[in-house]
Amino acid sequence: MLSVLIFFPFVAALATLIAKENAKRVALGATVIEFALSVWMAMQFNPQGGTQFMVDYWWVPSLGISFKVGMDGISMLLVLLTTFLVPIIILSSFSILKSKISNLPLFYSLILFMQMALVGVFVALDGFLFYIFWELALIPIYLICLMWGGKDRIRITIKFFIYTLVGSLFMLVGLIYLYLQTPGTHTFDIQAFYNLHLSASEQGILFWAFFLAFAIKMPVFPFHTWQPDTYTDAPTPGTMLLSGIMLKMGIYGVIRWLLPVVPMGVNEWGTTAIVLSVIGVVYASCIALVQKDFKRLIAYSSIAHVGLISAGIFSLNLQGMQGGMIQMLSHGINVVGMFFIADIIMSRTNTRNLNELGGIRNVAPTFATYFVIILLASVALPLTNGFIGEFLLINGLYQYNAWMAAVAGLTIILGAVYMLVAYKKITLGEKNKLTETFTDLTSHEKIVMIPLVIMIFAIGIYPKPFLDIAEPSVQNLLNIIHGTILK
Amino acid sequence: MLQFAWLIPVLPLLGFLCISFFQKQLPGKSAGIIGSLTVLGSFIISCGLFFHPASGGTEPVTITYFDWINVGSLKIPISFLIDPISCVMLLIITGIGFLIHVYSIGYMAHDDAFGRFFSYLNLFIFFMLILVLGSNYVLMFAGWEGVGLCSYLLIGFWFKNNEYNNAANKAFIMNRIGDLGFLLGIILMFVTFGSVQFSEVFSAAKGFPDNQTTIVAITMLLFVGAMGKSAQIPLYTWLPDAMAGPTPVSALIHAATMVTAGIYMVVRSNILYSIAPSTLEFITIVGMATAIFSATIALAQTDIKKVLAYSTLSQLGYMFVALGLGAYSTGLFHVTTHAFFKALLFLAAGSVIHAMSGEQDIRRMGGLRKKLPVTYFVFLIGTLAISGVPPFAGFFSKDEILAKAHMHSELLFFLLSVTSVITAVYMFRLLFLTFFGTFRGTHDQAHHLHESPAVITIPLIILAILSTLGGFLGLPAVFTEHHLFGNFLAPVLSTPAITSLAEPSHFFEYMLMGISVVALALIIYMTYDRFAKKEMVPSLSEAEFKPWYRVLYHKYYIDELYDKVFVKPLYWLSDVCYKIFDIKIVDGVVNLVGKGVVRGSEVVRLAQAGSVGIYIFAMVIGIIIMLVVNLY
Repeated sequence: MLSVLIFFPFVAALATLIAKENAKRVALGATVIEFALSVWMAMQFNPQGGTQFMVDYWWVPSLGISFKVGMDGISMLLVLLTTFLVPIIILSSFSILKSKISNLPLFYSLILFMQMALVGVFVALDGFLFYIFWELALIPIYLICLMWGGKDRIRITIKFFIYTLVGSLFMLVGLIYLYLQTPGTHTFDIQAFYNLHLSASEQGILFWAFFLAFAIKMPVFPFHTWQPDTYTDAPTPGTMLLSGIMLKMGIYGVIRWLLPVVPMGVNEWGTTAIVLSVIGVVYASCIALVQKDFKRLIAYSSIAHVGLISAGIFSLNLQGMQGGMIQMLSHGINVVGMFFIADIIMSRTNTRNLNELGGIRNVAPTFATYFVIILLASVALPLTNGFIGEFLLINGLYQYNAWMAAVAGLTIILGAVYMLVAYKKITLGEKNKLTETFTDLTSHEKIVMIPLVIMIFAIGIYPKPFLDIAEPSVQNLLNIIHGTILK
Repeated sequence: MLQFAWLIPVLPLLGFLCISFFQKQLPGKSAGIIGSLTVLGSFIISCGLFFHPASGGTEPVTITYFDWINVGSLKIPISFLIDPISCVMLLIITGIGFLIHVYSIGYMAHDDAFGRFFSYLNLFIFFMLILVLGSNYVLMFAGWEGVGLCSYLLIGFWFKNNEYNNAANKAFIMNRIGDLGFLLGIILMFVTFGSVQFSEVFSAAKGFPDNQTTIVAITMLLFVGAMGKSAQIPLYTWLPDAMAGPTPVSALIHAATMVTAGIYMVVRSNILYSIAPSTLEFITIVGMATAIFSATIALAQTDIKKVLAYSTLSQLGYMFVALGLGAYSTGLFHVTTHAFFKALLFLAAGSVIHAMSGEQDIRRMGGLRKKLPVTYFVFLIGTLAISGVPPFAGFFSKDEILAKAHMHSELLFFLLSVTSVITAVYMFRLLFLTFFGTFRGTHDQAHHLHESPAVITIPLIILAILSTLGGFLGLPAVFTEHHLFGNFLAPVLSTPAITSLAEPSHFFEYMLMGISVVALALIIYMTYDRFAKKEMVPSLSEAEFKPWYRVLYHKYYIDELYDKVFVKPLYWLSDVCYKIFDIKIVDGVVNLVGKGVVRGSEVVRLAQAGSVGIYIFAMVIGIIIMLVVNLY
């Protein structure tokens, strides 16, 4: 079942390539089926039942590599996020891309290919397999940015590619080191990694090998400088894939492949990671304040949000972790919505400069309403999804260190400042020459917005189903981590 | 009745959804009628609850609906608490809310966004009801932030005007500063008591000694939230700006209900505050400072709504003084009477503005009492009530605070009395400048002057009656042994050790009343002489202001100070972070590493560049080296 979930997008990617004119419809149809499949699996899923839908074949027996995949609650949520967002991203691209993109079949086929890799990353239980999916996810997004990006795409994309590739090479070294430590005929099985008893100094070094890879992906301050350029320059569906789903690979990596594998390393360096994350929260929020390009502003705000998630997760308690899980979903939903807003503005006015816009609400009230809802979710207003995540994250961080929580909490003030100022500059005031012809949302754009808005309130008002899916798995991981530290 | 409690907030929510989804289809005034009816429904159910035994106080009732946030030991349900405190607040919110909804049908009749206005107003009522009904701090916080959102939306209601939009942003952001404190307070509470549920927190807190550090920290952090929401020094500057919103909004949100949320929160947490006397002391100081500081500013304002706004600040300060003295029911009593007379004053001011075709500057009014008799009459009642003229509502609640302050400290009593005098001065100045003397507006305005329609005047008259009689809910001990208001709340309130239980002597009470009546008579005479008879209207040109007047007129330049000390440096710092640190240093290092690798690899690359010259050159060198090696 799980293999189908992983490889169905791949088959669909091939089909899209052949489909020519119908490429976008095939892609959309396939991802909707994929989403339905994952929802169906979520309904079969028993939160208390540990890792489920397990598939385990030998792949390269001589090297101890197997095709081993399975889902616990943590994987389940991230797979759901992926399968939920990809069709929305594809749908949102319908209106964006009309003129800008040639070779649509290739474009959609790359997105589908990427979906396969993303699902693979979130379910892989073999170190080598994880690495393969991890790198496979990079290739399509690299091509998407390179082929359909903005003016400066070549320089920016190469920088992004090299930066993340270097990060993952550290991880590869780490994985091979772990592999060599496994007893008997070596194996990449994650369970074997969990059972290793490495010395504290080994774990300290391994911590950095993995942390670098994940920190660059998220990105955590000060490894973030590829991100604003890439997010701004990539075509919007690419930005959505990067920010909505791909950065969760980094966070997921921390949860699955860092914390339980090198708990003593975390014990030693966790504080450093938290400090960097918290600096990132305030630092990126401040920078977002002075951005003129709306897309760039969202990019920096994303660094701030992710910093809080990372800090909460490294706090190593249930509230922080669960906050991280919920916030990964919320951030994915909200950031995709925000970038969609940015793209609608761009496609109609041909600018993203806040100072040139204004008064859109006069001519497009529905657009303004959706904008406000997504904005409120991203500034964590209670009863939206953002609040559940941030409340739990700050709570978890507080249990770790009260001052860190207070500093990270500044995000709720600064976030409100830059978002409200941007909203004011874009939509309020008198309309001007650029915005007077701004048309309100088309029904097609509403179809993209509505599921996002529904999820914003669903998670905000009744987050229980999502929390319940993840809690036993998170608790289990925490037990592994704390158990080892105590030993 | 309890089984209908959930309808109290849900009705206005339905109103909100219904109006916002069908805005275009709703004909004429129906949005306003739907909005008003839903709040009326909530009011009726609230009345039912009020007479239910649960509100009698012996056994507060908690009704749990569903789990909201459950993570490990952190359990936050959606559940409501019905007890005397929430009942009093429910009646104020839905009662006054209903009157203001009805008033708005008239006031907003000609606005293009009539439907949008009512949808926001209903949403506000929903969040406000969640705030007072929630049985745990997080749910209270949800309502707390929600009303902040509605305040933001309604201040910036006329969004074409960027000045209004800035005022809206300022309100939201300043409230957020307070909210961060509130949120940290809630989290510290969870860490300390393992719960955020009122009942559990309060019973756990009973074991703590007075002034234990954690408790002081929790109460202080919560109070930071209250300083934002209830606009106390130093987080008060948003409230005067908030007057940018339509006048019914100023009445409902920025006078009667939302800004008293901070007082509600402290009263709700009275058990915690009672064991943190240091915090109470701090609250008294902040309240007192705000009361006198903003009262002086009100003396020199010329915008009818600004005067009322500063007066609201000042009255909120009064309420906090009461809370700081541990006189929780007195604080809530003043919330109630203030809700009556301040809503009345704002709505009457709205009626004036309506008649003056949007003019808000009192220097351009004058002599309106003949043209607007009803408005004049109710405004007069409001003024008498807020100034503390017996037997109007404000007299009793204010008198109670003064008496409590007298038992605590002479200085405090003195400062409060001074504030009280200033209040009377600026209120009668406002009254006389607006309604007496000769008309100073334009010819056009004079032509359009008219009394407002019944839909506006009827709510005014009802509020005037409440402002007249409301004080009898809490007669002082001199007159009766039954302090209705205090007795109603007594079961759920605690008394901190610092509060003296002694009742003021009857002689003192009579003296206080006597002196205040004489002082008020004197003030009324003097202001009448100055502003009505001699018509000493403040000059329209700032250059003619006396220096002290100019300082007051510019509100002590606090906005300018905040701009210089907080806003500008923040943007400067952000700019430095971005342009220098981020681009030059952080990214610079990354690029440098990249370049280093490229340089390094250029050397290696020579080996594979396919240049025959280099190969031959290398070959020759190699042969020479081999020869040389072989020779030895």
